[in-house]
Amino acid sequence: MTDQAYNFAYLDEQTKRMIRRAILKGLAVPGYQVPFASREMPMPYGWGTGGVQVTAACLTPEDVLKVIDQGADDTTNAVSIRKFFQRTAGVRVTESTGEASVIQTRHRIPEAPLREGQILVYQVPIPEPLRFLEPREAETRKMHELEEYGLMHVKLYEDIARHGEIATSYAYPVKVEGRYVMDPSPIPKFDNPKLGDCPAIQLFGAGREQRIYAVPPYTQVVSLDFDDHPFVASKAPHDCDLCGADESYLDEVIIDDAGGRMFVCSDTDFCAGRQAAGHRGRLSPAEVV
Amino acid sequence: MTGIALGGGFSHPPEQAARAFRAVLEAVSRPGTIWTVEGAVPPAPLTVAAGTVLLTLADGTAPVHLAGDADCQPVRDWITFHIGAPLVGAEGAMFAVGRWQDLLPLGRFHPGDPDYPDRAATLIVLMNDLTNAGARLTGPGIKDAARLSLPEIAAFQRNAVQFPLGLDFIFTAGDRVAALPRSTKVEGAACM
Ligand SMILES: [Zn+2]
Repeated sequence: MTDQAYNFAYLDEQTKRMIRRAILKGLAVPGYQVPFASREMPMPYGWGTGGVQVTAACLTPEDVLKVIDQGADDTTNAVSIRKFFQRTAGVRVTESTGEASVIQTRHRIPEAPLREGQILVYQVPIPEPLRFLEPREAETRKMHELEEYGLMHVKLYEDIARHGEIATSYAYPVKVEGRYVMDPSPIPKFDNPKLGDCPAIQLFGAGREQRIYAVPPYTQVVSLDFDDHPFVASKAPHDCDLCGADESYLDEVIIDDAGGRMFVCSDTDFCAGRQAAGHRGRLSPAEVV
Repeated sequence: MTGIALGGGFSHPPEQAARAFRAVLEAVSRPGTIWTVEGAVPPAPLTVAAGTVLLTLADGTAPVHLAGDADCQPVRDWITFHIGAPLVGAEGAMFAVGRWQDLLPLGRFHPGDPDYPDRAATLIVLMNDLTNAGARLTGPGIKDAARLSLPEIAAFQRNAVQFPLGLDFIFTAGDRVAALPRSTKVEGAACM
C-alpha cells in the first residue's frame, strides 16, 4: 500500500520533471555532469539522497526495486531506502539482482550480469573526478569543456612513481565514449570493466553536490591508464570462504580476537545464490549427511 | 479557452507521467527503439505521444516553441491549461514541437553552451509514421546498429558533429515514440 500522505515516490511532480529532464540530457551527453536542484529528502546527505531522487524520478508502480550498500541488501542504509520506496511508491522489492528492474547501489556493481530493461542507480558522494586536483567548480567545468585531462594523468603517474603502481583502488576515473572523464562513484576498480558495454542503463545521482550523470547501455567506458602501466581490475587473491567463488569481489572480515579472518563475497545475493546451489568455501559448515 | 483545452490531460498524473517517462528514458537510452506512451489526448496536429511527452517533461519552467501548424489556438490553449509552459520563439525554447519541415532550419534552436551542453533544446517531431527502417544509427545505447525512419540524414549528421553540443530529438507518430540524442551517428537512406 502506498502511504497516501505522499505523492507517488515522495517527490512532487514538478521536481520529478526537473530531475527527468536532467537525466535525459545526461544520457544525451554520456559522462557529463548535469546540474540539478537537489531537494531535501527525509534522510541525511551521505545516505544517498542523490540516488534516491534519481530512483524516485524513474520508478513506475510496476517496478521491482533492489537496494544494495557495498554489495549487501541488509545494511541499515539499504533497508531504510527500500522501506522508503515501499511506503511512498508501493513498489515490490527484492534482494535478487535478476528479478530487479531498478537497482539503487552504493559502492558496488552486482556480480550477476545486468540486462536490458534494468536501471542501475548509483549514489555518488563527489561527482567531480577533477575536484581533488582543482577545488574551483568554474575551473573544473572549463577543464571538461576543453578536455584538459592532463592533470588527472599526472596524478595517476605520480602514484606509479611513488608506489610502483596506480594506488587508486576506489572511484577510479574513467573516460566515457572518448570524451568526458567521469567518476564512477566509490566502486572498487574491480567493478570498472562492468561499466562499459553494459546492457542496462546506468544513472548517477549526487545529492549534496547537485549533479546527475549517465552512461547509456552499450557505451564505451575506459579506465584511465598508461601503455607501460595498463589498468588492472584487481581483487583480493582469495576464493570466497562461504561459496568458493574465485571471480567475485571479496570483503575481508575479522572473525575472532586472535586476528582470524575470512574473505566473503561483498555481493550478498550472489554469495547466497551460490551457496543455495551447493557451492562451498573453505569455512562453510560441515555438510550434514 | 475552448472546451477541448480542458480535456486530454493525465487522469492520474504521477503514475501516468512515471510510465511515460520510463518509455522516453528507454527511447533516449536506446536510440532507434520504438516505444508506446499514453495518457494525453491533445488537439491536432499534436500526436498522443507528443502530448504525453510534453505533459511528462514540460512545465512553467520549461519554455515551449510551437512550429508550423502546431502553433494553433487549440494547441496553445491546451499547453497553457495543462502544462503552463511559456510559449516562446525558437531561440528561447527548451522544447519545440512541430512537423519536420516546420522545425527547419535547426540553427534557430539553442545547441547548449560549451560549459553547459545540457542547456540544449529538445525537438519533438510530429511524424506520420515511425518504423525501424531507413537511416542506420550507431553510437552510445546501440549494441551494433539500429535503423529508424528519420525524415532526412544530413541535418542529423551536422548535429552530431557538434557533440557535445547539439540538439536532441524525440520523434512521435500516434502513440509511438523514438529518440535520437546528439550522440548518435547517422548514415544511409532517408525515408520520407
Ligand atoms: Zn561467496
